[in-house]
Amino acid sequence: MDQHTAGMPQPFRSQPMPRQTVTATEWELAAVEAARGRFELFSLWATDDAVHMALRQAETGLVDILSLPLVGGRYPSVGAQHPAAQRLERAIADLHGHHADGSPDSRAWLDHGRWGIAAPLGAAAPGPELPPYAFLPVEGESLHQVAVGPVHAGIIEPGHFRFTAQGETVVRLEERLGYTHKGVDALMRGATLARGAELAGRVSGDSTVAYAWAYAQAAEAALAADVPARGRYLRAIMAELERLANHLGDIGAICNDAAFAMMLAQCGVLREEVLRCADAAFGHRFMRDRVVPGGVTHDLDARAIGLIAALTRRLRALFPAIIGLYDNTASLLARTVGTGTLAPDLARRFAAGGHVGRASGRDFDTRRDLAYAPYDDLTFKVPARGDGDVNARIWIRIREVEQSLALIEQCLARLPEGPIFAAPALAGEAREGLGLVESFRGDVLVWLALAADGTITRCHLRDPSWFQWPLLEAVIEGNIIADFPLCNKSFNCSYSGHDL
Amino acid sequence: MRKFLLDGLLRRPLTEAAPTDPEIEALALATGQAARRRLGRSLSIRQVDAGSCNGCELEIQALGNAFYDLERFGLHFVASPRHADVLLVTGPVTKNMAEALRRTYAATPDPKWVVAVGDCGRDGGCFAGSYAATGGVSAVVPVDLVIPGCPPSPKALLTGLLALLDAAGGKA
Repeated sequence: MDQHTAGMPQPFRSQPMPRQTVTATEWELAAVEAARGRFELFSLWATDDAVHMALRQAETGLVDILSLPLVGGRYPSVGAQHPAAQRLERAIADLHGHHADGSPDSRAWLDHGRWGIAAPLGAAAPGPELPPYAFLPVEGESLHQVAVGPVHAGIIEPGHFRFTAQGETVVRLEERLGYTHKGVDALMRGATLARGAELAGRVSGDSTVAYAWAYAQAAEAALAADVPARGRYLRAIMAELERLANHLGDIGAICNDAAFAMMLAQCGVLREEVLRCADAAFGHRFMRDRVVPGGVTHDLDARAIGLIAALTRRLRALFPAIIGLYDNTASLLARTVGTGTLAPDLARRFAAGGHVGRASGRDFDTRRDLAYAPYDDLTFKVPARGDGDVNARIWIRIREVEQSLALIEQCLARLPEGPIFAAPALAGEAREGLGLVESFRGDVLVWLALAADGTITRCHLRDPSWFQWPLLEAVIEGNIIADFPLCNKSFNCSYSGHDL
Repeated sequence: MRKFLLDGLLRRPLTEAAPTDPEIEALALATGQAARRRLGRSLSIRQVDAGSCNGCELEIQALGNAFYDLERFGLHFVASPRHADVLLVTGPVTKNMAEALRRTYAATPDPKWVVAVGDCGRDGGCFAGSYAATGGVSAVVPVDLVIPGCPPSPKALLTGLLALLDAAGGKA
């Protein structure tokens, strides 16, 4: 654990984000260096005539965007060098029709052949029938396949999991996603800033505050707009309440998937109390549509501040006993310890964010390492460990609950007076901005290109799940199918955030 | 663990102490009585996410927590549409989920009811008009009731289930 120290703020936090146009050779070199670990791939997306790659240098921590103009609708594959890019490239092919030369996997990803059109962000011409999805071939003695989804047994999102098992042991899991694809990128095109905020807040409902904040950051950076200090603190209070609610829900739900319902019941009570407090303080249980470019829409009065303070006191009083229950129940630990282990090397190569990365040695948190206000003024620890199993991901969440409580208390104690919103002024020219916010699940990236009139030319929203879903396939290998719900919930990737 | 069990025995249940709004209790009781009258002792619900942002799922899950404790009224969620009386459908019904929803509907025995949950389920919500969305649950399967909201609160979901039971009498 590192004590947070105020790092040097990066330029993209306060001004439009420049892009470096590179040659095909430089592009390929960047891909090789990403595979070698010199860069972390933060995202890969396309516009009409170029592809773009957001990278963070491992050494300096600086974030850059590289752009490569397309030649005949083609570009050299990054995924050929760096597997973390493969699904993003498949998504680019589905949405834009741009082709990644040398890509090791050219199967459609988000496009299931149901839209009626192909390349909705590109030619948008009537699409051909797609052949049935070709799952990867498996060969071997005594193998059988289990197909699960898209409609699952529980109250969860839709996706398809194809297990190949030998006896009870999973030898391969292949995910098939895209079922919740809603066409957010296309809806964003030409939208106003306000409409964009509405959509961004509905990419992944559990992270609505984080998404709205990342989107607002991108807009504010593009327009070089300042946010009143009180608005920044209120954003942090909402973001930490969101983190609390999700982590509390997850801790209980993971244990429930190990058939230990008491943890779910206890944590479910705390989660509900957080949501009710959010509703009373900000007027919405998930605080949806409360963060907007320029600030926030709801202020806290003395009564609401008292409610949130009371909530933190109550959670501090009740949470330790629940953690004791987890830590002292041997039958439960027998299910979580040593199950679904993610190797630190994989977490690093995929730049896995959130509890997935931090439980496997990737000690990274946007709030600390790419600091944004008000976190640069607050004190907190980023928990990290290296064992990488279900138990480790539970403990990361437990420690983060404690940190979020401390952060909320600090924000309440220091809450500045003054306005909560200042309408960003239009730039009168085309601008681009980058936003990066730590959701409960990991880093949410938003890249926003605005036209001179302030409407959206292109908005790319990258959920942390993009770099976590592929790792889930790796951790289940060698585990039994019955432990999949446990592994899956300990990751808790977003389907909707990934499918867009 | 003994402490939690002991507390559970000795303390008043949250379910009675917590509902700050007496309406929730009244609604939940009325739902239970109506369900018993029309469908015997229980009503089985199969939830189908047809492309929601997962916000509605979180609130539907919350119906099972100690504050709402839906199951005490015989309303419970089942793992298969073949066991269900009600399909609780969320999302704008993405084109990629339309067939799965149709098949789920076909697998549900009669009599059955479909409840469209959330603004998206009602008419596609903020995703209406997208090339990837059908524009709401009723575009794919017949809908008996809409519970709007973004997302609807657990209380609104309870209210909706009550309205369904009142309206469903003729069909059962």
